[in-house]
Amino acid sequence: MSGKDRLQVFPSRMAMAIMKARLKGAQKGHSLLKKKADALTLRFRQILKKIIETKMTMGEVMKESAFSLAEAKFTTGDFSHMVIQNVNKAQLKVRSKKDNVAGVLLPIFESFQDGTDSYELTGLSRGGQQIDKLKKNYAKAVQLLIDLASLQTSFVTLDEVIKITNRRVNAIEHVIIPRIERTLSYITSELDEMEREEFYRLKKIQEKKKKIRALEEKRKAALRESGIEMKEAPNILEDDEDADLLFTD
Amino acid sequence: MSFSELYFNVDHGYLEGLVRGFKGGILKQTDYLNLVQCETLDDLKLHLQSTDYGNFLANEPSPLAVSTIDDKLKEKLVIEFNHLRNHCLEPLATFLDFITYSYMIDNIILLITGTLHQRPITELIPKCHPLGSFEQMEAIHIASTPAELFNAVLVDTPLAPYFIDCISEQDLDEMNIEIIRNTLYKAYLEDFYKFCEELGGATADSMCEALAFEADRRAFIITINSFGTELTKEDRAKLYPRCGKLYPDGLQLLARADDYDQVRNVANCYAEYKELFENAGSNPGEKTLEDKFFEHEVQLMKNSFMMQFQFGVFYAYVKLKEQENRNIVWIAECVAQRHRAKIDSYIPIF
Repeated sequence: MSGKDRLQVFPSRMAMAIMKARLKGAQKGHSLLKKKADALTLRFRQILKKIIETKMTMGEVMKESAFSLAEAKFTTGDFSHMVIQNVNKAQLKVRSKKDNVAGVLLPIFESFQDGTDSYELTGLSRGGQQIDKLKKNYAKAVQLLIDLASLQTSFVTLDEVIKITNRRVNAIEHVIIPRIERTLSYITSELDEMEREEFYRLKKIQEKKKKIRALEEKRKAALRESGIEMKEAPNILEDDEDADLLFTD
Repeated sequence: MSFSELYFNVDHGYLEGLVRGFKGGILKQTDYLNLVQCETLDDLKLHLQSTDYGNFLANEPSPLAVSTIDDKLKEKLVIEFNHLRNHCLEPLATFLDFITYSYMIDNIILLITGTLHQRPITELIPKCHPLGSFEQMEAIHIASTPAELFNAVLVDTPLAPYFIDCISEQDLDEMNIEIIRNTLYKAYLEDFYKFCEELGGATADSMCEALAFEADRRAFIITINSFGTELTKEDRAKLYPRCGKLYPDGLQLLARADDYDQVRNVANCYAEYKELFENAGSNPGEKTLEDKFFEHEVQLMKNSFMMQFQFGVFYAYVKLKEQENRNIVWIAECVAQRHRAKIDSYIPIF
């Protein structure tokens, strides 16, 4: 795997330059993504903490609200039908905003009052105070619910994004960068190899040339000894090929 | 009328006996102590079986809801009340009818709001209190405007005079439904008071006191609850029933009151109300003013059982039974929500 998993490139100087640029880019991207993931995780932890807090209070507040409903019913009798029949529009509404965390859009829910309290007089003759308390308790509960919904949605969205980012970070760190590095080392080793071959070839040819020259000198010396004077200048126009020196012995 | 006690038993003796028998079935303090000990609603059911309620919850499937208990308690009261109503003679018949009118007002208000918001009538009918049902109830849906509603339906109900007296047609459109309810209730209380006065004798003695208390309680509570709302002082003054002990001076003072302390000052002029306001508080652990009023009402109702040959016992019986239903539902709620800290704030009767 380690040897084979590399980019398909021709080992040359140019390919090496390109690869080096790519490696740099990948490292830069990796550090940026890492930073993003860290920022998101930070936010994620904060949200998680808030969710836990809200859920804790939620239990208390809900319990209190349910109980104040019982209290109101104790003094007022069954007033729920009355209220249900009177409803025509929601008094508490929710609008959503976007919050930008490290390039991630998180939806934030915000509640607001729409119109006045239309049941101000409910329980006028009896239990008005309990109903007032009940309204306040449930308003608090609804507020908490909205907060919780906002937090949960952010939580889910962030979770998704963090997973994607982490996947990318890991992919860059463990797949892309090693692959580029392997390609680079492959290119370097190929180039080295080629250099060594070249060097060897050079040496070999030098050696052979030396041998041939020595033979020639010997032959010439022998001829001179025997009295034959050879005076010849090499014909530069003569067109004969260089023999292959490398593979002839 | 002077010999009414002499002839009372001829017409109403049986029913009075019956109602005093029913009274024996009202839960005692020891029963409440047992109920408070319950851990689950099934325990509660078991304890209730040993009382006069018998196995009224026997046919209910096991995960018992508080609302089922509430419905069943109501049903039992209605059965007993209807039994009394079916066997009575005049003038007790009218008297018992008067008792149902207060429920009828609630039902009509519910139906009117439902109609104004175009809800199907079949959805509303089951939600009405069975004691306040009347024949014309089903017909209310034929009316689409308040004027039609009045002309076609309400004219035939026993409540028509109250509507005529205090509410004109256009009011039905514009007025806050709670104000209509309280105006009607005021007219009803005054009429009931007048009726009891005409009956005279021991009935007048006990009933006038009970109704006067009811009227005064409404005046106090309406005043206190109207603080900080859009209800003006003039409108508020129109809602006070004019048959209590507060009428006329106290009501005038109440109409001018701006905060709780001023209401308390008004109450200080009346011995029986002074006491109620003194011990009331809104802090946890203290009894609220409404609880105090409930306790006082229970006391009054119990007193009316001390007298014989009068109709007050019937009224008292219905009120006590209502209070008992509230108590049981309260305890059931506390048990169901595991909120034992306040389980003792029911209003003991006997």
